Amino acid sequence: MRALVWHGKEDIRCDTVSDPALEHPRDAIIKVTSCAICGSDLHLFHNLVPAMLPGDIMGHESMGEVVEVGSAAKGKLKKGDRVVIPFTIQCGECDQCRRGNFSVCERTNRKKELGDKVFGHTTAGLFGYTHLTGGYPGGQAEYLRVPFADTTHVKVPDGVDDEKLLFLSDILPTGWQAAVQADIQPGDTVAIWGCGPVGQMAIRSAILLGAEQVIAIDHLPERLSMAEAAGAITIDFEQDSVVERLNELTGGKGPHKCIDAVGTESHVNFGQPDTVLDRAKQMLMAENDRPHVLREMIYVCRPAGVISIIGVYLGLVDKIPMGQAMNKGLTFRMAQAHVPRWTGDLLRRIEDGQIDPSFVITHKADLSQGPEMYAKFRDKADGCVKVMLQP
Amino acid sequence: MPATNLTRIARSKGDPRIERKGPSSLTDADRLARALGWLSIGLGMTELVAPGRIARTLGLHGKEGLIRGYGARELASAIPTLSVNKQVGLASRIAGDALDLATLAPALHHSNPKRHNAAIATALVAGITLLDIAAYAGVKAAHRREPGSDRDYSDRSGLPRGPQASRGLARKDFQIPPDYRAEGTVAAELPARAS
Ligand SMILES: NC(=O)c1ccc[n+]([C@@H]2O[C@H](COP(=O)([O-])OP(=O)(O)OC[C@H]3O[C@@H](n4cnc5c(N)ncnc54)[C@H](O)[C@@H]3O)[C@@H](O)[C@H]2O)c1
Ligand SMILES: [Zn+2]
Ligand SMILES: [Zn+2]
Repeated sequence: MRALVWHGKEDIRCDTVSDPALEHPRDAIIKVTSCAICGSDLHLFHNLVPAMLPGDIMGHESMGEVVEVGSAAKGKLKKGDRVVIPFTIQCGECDQCRRGNFSVCERTNRKKELGDKVFGHTTAGLFGYTHLTGGYPGGQAEYLRVPFADTTHVKVPDGVDDEKLLFLSDILPTGWQAAVQADIQPGDTVAIWGCGPVGQMAIRSAILLGAEQVIAIDHLPERLSMAEAAGAITIDFEQDSVVERLNELTGGKGPHKCIDAVGTESHVNFGQPDTVLDRAKQMLMAENDRPHVLREMIYVCRPAGVISIIGVYLGLVDKIPMGQAMNKGLTFRMAQAHVPRWTGDLLRRIEDGQIDPSFVITHKADLSQGPEMYAKFRDKADGCVKVMLQP
Repeated sequence: MPATNLTRIARSKGDPRIERKGPSSLTDADRLARALGWLSIGLGMTELVAPGRIARTLGLHGKEGLIRGYGARELASAIPTLSVNKQVGLASRIAGDALDLATLAPALHHSNPKRHNAAIATALVAGITLLDIAAYAGVKAAHRREPGSDRDYSDRSGLPRGPQASRGLARKDFQIPPDYRAEGTVAAELPARAS
């Protein structure tokens, strides 16, 4: 089959690889009909996590049709079922799964010792997302082996396009969780950093949850226009001071809720000198992340407010103003999305016409064009916001 | 060498194996930049370790300290050149090439018995300068944002009922789950204000 394979930093190729086969009774094989490139894939494209091996298959946002089912998954899945595959692999039985904390499932990381060593305690297995989370081959491919398939799938109805359903795999529940984590209440002002696909979904989720004022921050005009389309007020951080504008818009008090949908790869620019220093430290391997947004959120957030972190951080960060956070009594919530916790509810909202996630797709291409599309998405070229690939 | 070689991470047995490789996301300019980055490292190490030999070969007597400094400079520009921010590294390499050429110029004088070596070195540096410029321009062109940055997506609301009618729509049948509440609703339980 064809698959997008990681060969090294900025080196992704559409290779021909051997087909996956059932390995365990709970496995299923799906024929991928659509998949997408995620902002998280860019961290691997940039080789920021030294736990990828040349030959690893990328991708964690996929959907398709079940073509083979292992004996233990048979009650729950059958050939021909149409499914979206969450990026988190979950057993459904462990302590964490029973609490709904699916992205920290205790059983699905097949490289648990590595996860234990690096994170203190293992997190869930994830598709196409380094050997720290199991090194499972990803779904930017023609076929995908789904481990724990009896619990790791979302059944979706025929008659709704892939475009509307695909993002149940990640960015829709992720953006939703960002808003839920922020404990959005009617009357709140919510500031959202980053108008990438995740930020866009968080903006829509905040509106649906009744935020009175949603403020979206980025520097790419086309992405800001997409944020405005959903009723957000926008701030271009290269034109205006984010802190000043946020204070202006909140009567000097700061937003109640702050959402980080940027994460580790904050844009490097001289207007935000800390990002230049972080970048230099990253190159010298003295720091893993560029936490500019975290610093800004902690500073500008209203006291007793909530900081919701959905953008991914990878390791050690410097100069986090813990004193401000402590004295202001801020609440921090963060996680990789617990995808299946939200998918049932969100699928119903899609079918009910409350949200149509296909708005975010700006580029559609054949899987073989994946390598160029990675570069285009990374460079934010050609107005690219979200790439959908069809094998 | 990938860092994973040190950590003894291995792929699992059943995982798909590569049968035939396809074209890479790396452009020719990206590869040229990478080659120049490694050249920087090689040259930088040589200048740091053997500045005396270089000075003698080129007839640049007394310039050992300077050559060692240039070695450090080469290494410093190699880091960004090999990183994702290649343009920064290549720009610093081009500036460095100019310094190298300026330093070599006096050695071309006919009074220098080693002027033939210096001429060869100058030709090499000039060639590399051209490569640096080509890589810089190539990387810049391959990774530029235009056109498309002016695209207008203000018709893509994603909220079929429109932003206003959608505000709070989910609250009709969704409450923030108790384990996600941060604020609590304690107002009623606060001690009554003394008045
Ligand atoms: N927690 C999860 O489960 C989960 C799931 C998916 C993605 N993610 C993470 O979410 C983040 C965003 O993903 P994406 O797909 O939207 O990526 P993206 O790269 O397309 O979007 C990031 C956006 O942030 C903007 N940005 C950069 N620096 C900024 C700054 N200082 N202030 C404001 N905006 C800034 C960029 O211009 C860009 O538009 C990534 O870190 C990704 O790994 C997390
Ligand atoms: Zn993702
Ligand atoms: Zn579990």
